[in-house]
Amino acid sequence: MDEVYEQVASWRAAGEDVALATVVRVTGSAPRREGARLAVSRGGQMAGSVSGGCLEADVYLHAQEVLETGQPKLVSYGLSDELAWEVGLACGGGVDILIEKLDW
Amino acid sequence: MSLFDELRRAIAAEQAVALASTLRPEAHLGAKLLIYADGRTLGSLGPGAPAEAVVRDALDLLRKGVAKTRRYEQPQTGELWEVFVDVYPAPQTMVIVGAVHTGMALSRLAKVLGFRVVVVDPRAQFANAERFPDADRIVVAYPDDAMRQLRLDEATSVVVLAHDPKLDEPAIEAALASAACYVGAIGSRKTNVARFDRLRRRGLTDEQLARLRAPIGLDIGAETPEEVALAVLAEVVAMKYGRSGGALAQGSGPVHVPR
Repeated sequence: MDEVYEQVASWRAAGEDVALATVVRVTGSAPRREGARLAVSRGGQMAGSVSGGCLEADVYLHAQEVLETGQPKLVSYGLSDELAWEVGLACGGGVDILIEKLDW
Repeated sequence: MSLFDELRRAIAAEQAVALASTLRPEAHLGAKLLIYADGRTLGSLGPGAPAEAVVRDALDLLRKGVAKTRRYEQPQTGELWEVFVDVYPAPQTMVIVGAVHTGMALSRLAKVLGFRVVVVDPRAQFANAERFPDADRIVVAYPDDAMRQLRLDEATSVVVLAHDPKLDEPAIEAALASAACYVGAIGSRKTNVARFDRLRRRGLTDEQLARLRAPIGLDIGAETPEEVALAVLAEVVAMKYGRSGGALAQGSGPVHVPR
């Protein structure tokens, strides 16, 4: 059983839209591997993680936007990215995260 | 049934599946193809996608248990595709032979780490759901019988804890003859000298015995059952990733090894 997906299923059963954020590429040293997932409900609940805690807040904002527009996004974080430095991805790696509305 | 519901069904049924998502071209960002271990598929990555190559790669990644993004160039058009393949392999299993106190702690911790736990012991007063509330399966039988009933595949670790040669040794023999990715047995160095001698006399080769982790676990000074369980699980994890288990602070290599 996948705990994040089960949580997602219960949100969906309650009629809530859900966005999924998935780590799809990792370069260098990063805290989570490809396939790490964060689910965000329209109501603001979260399950799972895509980093050691440093990216979740920013991913959450993207997820809410994706829920609004319905358009998926591919977001890159890395040391070269000023924002990533601000949010604290200081462990020397970069990650790409696919953020999509769960409409499939 | 939606693709998501089908994915959940497959995971619940412990069926290995991969889920591919298109990353490029951007017009098809997020398009999905579900891939079963036998190569059947459900869904679509978008028109003109290199589906055959993706399925081939997905099956390879599924066997390794590794999720990855792969890049493809369409030979005719030169169009660049990037596809992320997420994998949902069948779950890792830990077979605990010997329903002893350390086994109870190991069962609890192994569940936390996501293992499916199977407990084997012929003594029903030890091997029962009161003592092992987290266990997914309790096999009350001698290991010779029990190990034949179990599928000891590459996702299976076997941990032998009974402290009794007539339970331990048939279990070790069966585990070493299987595809199990980890085989360990508890006991002091002295116990293990005698154990290895007896196992050799049972006909096990040095090559087979080289796979046996005994004394079991990483050297963290474990004393309590919970600590021993931690040392064992740490060794199982280290072995899965091909690491020795020393302190990162004393090393100089990368913390996360690129795969």
